[in-house]
Amino acid sequence: MSTAYKVQINRKWCKNCGICLAFCPKNVFSFDEKKKLQIVNEIQCSGCLMCEKRCPDMCMKIIREEE
Amino acid sequence: MSYLDYIKEKQFPLFTCAGCTHGTVTNTFLRVADELKLDKENTVIVCAIGCAGRIPTFLDFNVLRVTHGRALAFATGVKLSRPDVKVIVFMGDGDAVAIGGNHFIHAARRNIDITAIISHNEIYGMTGGQYAPTTLQGFKATTAPYGMIEPAFDVCELAKGAGSTYVARSDVYHINHLHKVMKNALTHKGFSTLEVITSCPTQFGRRNKMADPIKLVERIRDITVTQTAAEKMSVEELKDKIVIGEFVKTERPELTEIYEEKLGKLRKN
Repeated sequence: MSTAYKVQINRKWCKNCGICLAFCPKNVFSFDEKKKLQIVNEIQCSGCLMCEKRCPDMCMKIIREEE
Repeated sequence: MSYLDYIKEKQFPLFTCAGCTHGTVTNTFLRVADELKLDKENTVIVCAIGCAGRIPTFLDFNVLRVTHGRALAFATGVKLSRPDVKVIVFMGDGDAVAIGGNHFIHAARRNIDITAIISHNEIYGMTGGQYAPTTLQGFKATTAPYGMIEPAFDVCELAKGAGSTYVARSDVYHINHLHKVMKNALTHKGFSTLEVITSCPTQFGRRNKMADPIKLVERIRDITVTQTAAEKMSVEELKDKIVIGEFVKTERPELTEIYEEKLGKLRKN
């Protein structure tokens, strides 16, 4: 049984500051050409919650899923 | 119950600029409030003017917003009239140690059961980027275009000297440390001071070649050292560093308790 994590961004609140992207140890996020936050590597997420805890706009949510 | 139950969701997104880490302090506060199961009805948050002072108006507690720098004065009044409620004060660095400096030292001296959370972003962000007494030497502001020439205030040393019974400093990079000390500050009996190093990309970063919010948080990561690491470092090495950790954790008679006791005795006579 493995654990997977689902990353949710509340787009209405997100200001694309990039703090989650910069301090993610697994490089889950990336900016697209318009400097908008994208989830590119969700499968790598280890659930450390560093993005959720540091997000200044409280728009991150990491959901733990048991498989 | 989730930590998001403590906010007024209709008023979101937050008014702060992109990458303003005052939001991170709020985020941590909400998590701690959720962990401690703070009662919305029996918690009063007092705040004043400024970016850090405006954030509590978006929280679903009893919020009192007052004149600039006077948050602690009003909080003292709230606590003395209702000793049963939990009083938390959110302040910026200008609010706490510049305009409200006098209220700050006297609240610490009285040891009244209030938690003061001071967001230290080294600048007056909302009024246009003037330097604050906490701006480090050499950094630029609108009123210091060639760099700050005055030495900066050390908020924790000030609180220690004034007699605060809990003094701690943390920052928005070391988020788990911030969570731990904020929980300790909120559960401490007596006046507790928590200084949080935050960043201001719009006013401070833009003038100091760090407009990118990420660069500012990386700067916080690089300039902060933990207490245990600081003990092994020389004075020369610690010159441009900020030490984080818990500096004071003592007990002293609390003001409202002395007051109630005195009042009880006088009523008997």
